[in-house]
Amino acid sequence: MVAVVGVGYSGFNANTPDLSWKEIMYEAALRAYTDAGINPRRDVDSFVTCAEDIYEGFAIFDEFVPDQLGAVVKPTCTVCADFLYGIATAYMQIRSGLADIVAVEAHSKASDIQTFGNVVKFAMDPIWLRNVGNAHPYYLAALEMFQYMGERCLSEEDVARVVVKNKNNALLNTSAPYAANVTLDDVMASPKLFDPMKKMEIAPLADGCVVFVLASEEVAKELTDTPVWVKGVGWWSETYGYDTASFSAMYAYKAAKMAYKMADITNPVKEVDFAEVDDRFAFKEMQHIEALQLAGKFEVARLMAEGYFDRDGALPVNVSGGNLGVGNLLEATGGQKALEVVLQLRGEAGKRQLSDVKVGVAQAWRYLPANSGAVAVFGV
Amino acid sequence: MVMEVEKISGLKFHKKQDVAIVGAGMTTFKRRLNETGRELSYMAVKQALEEAGMTLDDIEMVVMGSAPDTFDGLHMKGEYLLDGSGGSDRPYMRVFVGGGTGVFAPIAGYWHVASGLADICLVVCEEKMSSSYPHPQSAFKYIWDPILDRPLNPNLIWIFALEMRRYMHVHDIKHEDIALVSVKNKANALDHPCAQVAGKITVEDVLNSEPMALPVRRLDVSPPSDGAAALIMVAPHIARQVTDNPVWVTGVGWALDTTWWTNRDLYFPRYVAEAAKMAYRMAHITDPRKEIDVAEPYDPFDYKELHHMEGLGLAKKGEAPILTREGVTARDGDLPTCPSGGLLGVGNPIAATMGVKACELYWQLAYRAGKRQVAKEVTTGVCQAWGDLMQVGTVMVMSNKR
Repeated sequence: MVAVVGVGYSGFNANTPDLSWKEIMYEAALRAYTDAGINPRRDVDSFVTCAEDIYEGFAIFDEFVPDQLGAVVKPTCTVCADFLYGIATAYMQIRSGLADIVAVEAHSKASDIQTFGNVVKFAMDPIWLRNVGNAHPYYLAALEMFQYMGERCLSEEDVARVVVKNKNNALLNTSAPYAANVTLDDVMASPKLFDPMKKMEIAPLADGCVVFVLASEEVAKELTDTPVWVKGVGWWSETYGYDTASFSAMYAYKAAKMAYKMADITNPVKEVDFAEVDDRFAFKEMQHIEALQLAGKFEVARLMAEGYFDRDGALPVNVSGGNLGVGNLLEATGGQKALEVVLQLRGEAGKRQLSDVKVGVAQAWRYLPANSGAVAVFGV
Repeated sequence: MVMEVEKISGLKFHKKQDVAIVGAGMTTFKRRLNETGRELSYMAVKQALEEAGMTLDDIEMVVMGSAPDTFDGLHMKGEYLLDGSGGSDRPYMRVFVGGGTGVFAPIAGYWHVASGLADICLVVCEEKMSSSYPHPQSAFKYIWDPILDRPLNPNLIWIFALEMRRYMHVHDIKHEDIALVSVKNKANALDHPCAQVAGKITVEDVLNSEPMALPVRRLDVSPPSDGAAALIMVAPHIARQVTDNPVWVTGVGWALDTTWWTNRDLYFPRYVAEAAKMAYRMAHITDPRKEIDVAEPYDPFDYKELHHMEGLGLAKKGEAPILTREGVTARDGDLPTCPSGGLLGVGNPIAATMGVKACELYWQLAYRAGKRQVAKEVTTGVCQAWGDLMQVGTVMVMSNKR
């Protein structure tokens, strides 16, 4: 068994003019080490950073990691993926006996990016996709949303309800810069930037950093009386091609299957108490709820309207406010999800604390234009 | 308040299962305008699968190693390479430690299997440098600290010239002694079917070649290349089914030094030494010079092979040039070093150098290296890669005895 013994974060903010990316990493790391009660120079065996070069504006971002994490001349590496892939890496390093304590870091300094759309475009296949029109790449998500709405017989209101729920949930989260008291009418009145996708259904960018300290069972029991266990991890890639993708979040379904199997969960609806899923586009939350088997294929919209996924519902989803409330944290997106799950399980979520939660799921997608993602199941 | 914890000293290495290598493949290293990175990956994977007698359906998880996105001109390059490398419809993860990725990707493959999460893991490394225009050096413009380094307009040859000079100065080494490495590796590469710049050259050729940033001259340096390599790593029960002579991974280690390369004494690669210490401890190796039969240290520059031999403990500080002069590191010597021809002879497609490091070591220990097979009997070997801002060391020890 692998446990989370310390968490720390910096942010989350719409922009962070006062701190550099190095400083937010330092701040989050320091808090995580203090929370775990460890000294990184002495105790941490391995450090994992989750970063993509071009989000960072460097050719080899890995170079700039060790100093602010306390990782100099120690096993340190970069995983080019979401934070939850970092959790999976740490999990494997601990299980294979390479490390007893691993620190995992991911951050977003999205406010440094001048032309986000062009960065995303740069990830598209240079021959087949990148030069199709001059549209902002969000249109790819809009196409997928259109197909999803058609397949599931969804109305525009069904998708808009996700925004209402998440932005209102975020009001209780002091680290959610995009929290707002919005109504269904407000969302419906929001302009359709990428028909059928409305402006408010797209998570705006945000800055922040998340650091976790993970430990083997033996060490975790020495460090803390209240460890949060990583019960299962899963990650999965479908395909990269837009012409071959399933457009049904198969990556999340398969990753969840892997994680549930590891966690011995056979009936997620009953065994999972709450979830934090990727909602960087509002419809993605619905797609992901379905993929995580937290509701039947055609039930998500109805249950959403009934308040099933609300903070006081039967299966709260994105209590933190999700990406629509907190922002798009790039590779730290899964970090914010996992952080919320751990805080809830520890009973440290403040005003938004759920009562009596034992098992929570965090899920993240690798964002446009990828069809990959990871899932982690945490429990106490 | 920070609680004091008594740490269990040393790593326990309580792995779930041992890890064996049962197949490897690589493409020819050269400027490949006809193939995309995905196609290169496919070619290497196909070869590795054939060698292991497997099909893609047998593969459970895939690890991708590829260095900067800027080379290929793609953001999230790992996702782009997904289909060609066999990563679609399975867990797929890209790892990255700059130039050290060539040995780091198999290390990641190791923990995929050793943790018990996968029984069969495919490790693929790809690099396509030729798409950088006018030269991959222009991509290296963006590897520097934007405030302190970048305004000086440095390039990589320039800082390696500093490191080479420092190494020569501290141990009083002549350029002639260093050039011998280039002569040896380029000659070794004559036997490698994938080699880009193999050749019979002399020390004079190296010393008279075009100056790049003195003391570095043209023939001291490996060329940029395009290529891919693949390895198949499996659990013991699978290894038994597919082969009679698997090669076991007995030790892994990696370490990343401070970003501030200007503040370090460049004469000795302490990050390689730390990584090697970790790998040797795991492999129960106490005297590497005696216990290692064959070595594949990273040799993008000729002095780097010597530098890394010292970091790996295969030679005392300043002793590596002497071993080279005495022929100890020749293919028929006592400690064959870079029998593949290394990066200097075969080529340097950053991450895909796994083909001449981890794959070559596997082929040597499995006695599958053909004309490149070293003269002596081999049991244990070490391979190593290096990268970032002269900063990262990745080390893997393999043995054909479990």
